[in-house]
Amino acid sequence: MKLYELGIAEARAGLAKGEFSSRELVEAVIERFHAANPDVGAYLTFDEDAALALADTNPKAVPVAVKDLINVRGQPCTCASKILEGYISPYDATVIANMRANGFIPAGRVNMDEFAMGSSTENSALGVTRNPYDLSRVPGGSSGGSAAAVGANMCIAALGTDTGGSIRQPASFCNCVGIKPSYGRVSRYGVTAFASSLDQVGPLAKNVEDAALLLQAIAGHDEHDGTTPRIPVGDYAAAARSATLKGRKIGIVKEYAGIGGIDPEVKRITDEAIAKCAAAGAEISEVSLPHAEYAMAVYYIIAPAEASANLARFDGVRYGLRSARAEDVFTLYTRSRAEGFGPEVKRRIIMGTYVLSSGYYDAYYARAQKVRTLIRRDFENAFGEIDAILTPCAPTPAFRAGEVLDPLTMYLNDLFTIPSSLAGVCASSVPAGFTAARGDRPALPVGVQFICGSFEEEKLVSISKAFEETMK
Amino acid sequence: MAEQKIDVAYVAELARLELTDEEKAVFQPQLENIVKYVEKISQVDVSGVEPMMHGRKLVNAMREDVVKPSMDREEALANAPARTGDEFLLPKIVEGAES
Repeated sequence: MKLYELGIAEARAGLAKGEFSSRELVEAVIERFHAANPDVGAYLTFDEDAALALADTNPKAVPVAVKDLINVRGQPCTCASKILEGYISPYDATVIANMRANGFIPAGRVNMDEFAMGSSTENSALGVTRNPYDLSRVPGGSSGGSAAAVGANMCIAALGTDTGGSIRQPASFCNCVGIKPSYGRVSRYGVTAFASSLDQVGPLAKNVEDAALLLQAIAGHDEHDGTTPRIPVGDYAAAARSATLKGRKIGIVKEYAGIGGIDPEVKRITDEAIAKCAAAGAEISEVSLPHAEYAMAVYYIIAPAEASANLARFDGVRYGLRSARAEDVFTLYTRSRAEGFGPEVKRRIIMGTYVLSSGYYDAYYARAQKVRTLIRRDFENAFGEIDAILTPCAPTPAFRAGEVLDPLTMYLNDLFTIPSSLAGVCASSVPAGFTAARGDRPALPVGVQFICGSFEEEKLVSISKAFEETMK
Repeated sequence: MAEQKIDVAYVAELARLELTDEEKAVFQPQLENIVKYVEKISQVDVSGVEPMMHGRKLVNAMREDVVKPSMDREEALANAPARTGDEFLLPKIVEGAES
């Protein structure tokens, strides 16, 4: 077995026994990067010298690939956008500082949809990432580089971010485990903001235990992020060790029965996952999320609204691209942003500006915030009766690059992941099988989503791990 | 022609975003569709419902008011598109001022 094939727990065991050093681990990842990146394109940049130097000073540390919107001091942080080409981070995000303090080192910058807006990584302005299970297909998004790097064994584990499904859907497409923590569980300081009431950093890993270990390392209160409460971080590794489905109450969402647009193989794999949970001792029951059907609409008001405000900071003044055609302060803004942002980012800025503008605010933004309350209440009611909700992660397996051109059709990828994001609860994506090969479509990985209540990550890890065991 | 829901060219100007004619032509129907889709929230009865303004129920997070080291000036200026000495350099903003 090559060292780059290891997960976090295995790597830590080998490091502890002195079987290899952190430098050898990083060297193996770099070797794999050179072999696979020309095809897969998971990484945008890999500062090999910096990673090796860190390994030398932290000889027991495990390298982690970092999505290119999380600041690492001295490294680029492009958000896969032309507007941040050449930018070098002057500071560490809190998740990076936490990682360094807990036995991990950042190694390599992975691709994404520009500013995390997208579901295929095709919106990256700086590189193409392909699905390692079929290079003609997308890795999902927006954390597509993170998922492809894990799926292709080009890293030990990776950090991604999830606003409406951006960790979970690519994890499903690339056969890895992803966890979207509860809102507030992980600091957003130093993570370029997309939609601040939804963004969370989380792990993409080769198995549930690894995802738990990385989550544990990054989670916790941060004085630089006022949305992180002083709730102690659980022992997620212990939760993985004591994993069980026995007696767990798993809810199946009534409103998703017979929903359109679901790939038959995704339906089959999800039904089999439910049967596996039942066979492992879980009690399966129906739950109702009566407002889930409005979640997509709420999300595509609230997320662009917040994005339009957050991206106002890109004005060509202090950092980032400044247009050479800037003649005065107005064209400094309009032309720098025109040249720096890609089409999807522009669409969302316009959409967000529109729903916040005078005369439309109440009908769209204010109303969406109220419907969001109803969605959150749906989850609170459900979790009064059950431990977790099980749904498909994405409606389809990985689709072909260039296949989905209409923005609204692309948005439907997040149908099952958006409701839990709006509610602020935690959720995972766990590999659940492969589609049957059909015509020119090879067997493709499919994940299922488990959703638990706010700050119930230990329960989420336990259930996800126990489900993973049923797959063996 | 049906009435437009969103005037893309006008909203882009509000957002300080210069669009080409091609972009306007592409974005107009796309955003029209998205706006029509999100209008389904008008079907929901929200009377008496409080808005959810944050990702979780929040209280004010206060910290002690003490001076701590902040970012080094050189580092803060290192990514500047243009600078002069210790300042960001910008095109002239006030008409008639000495530049």
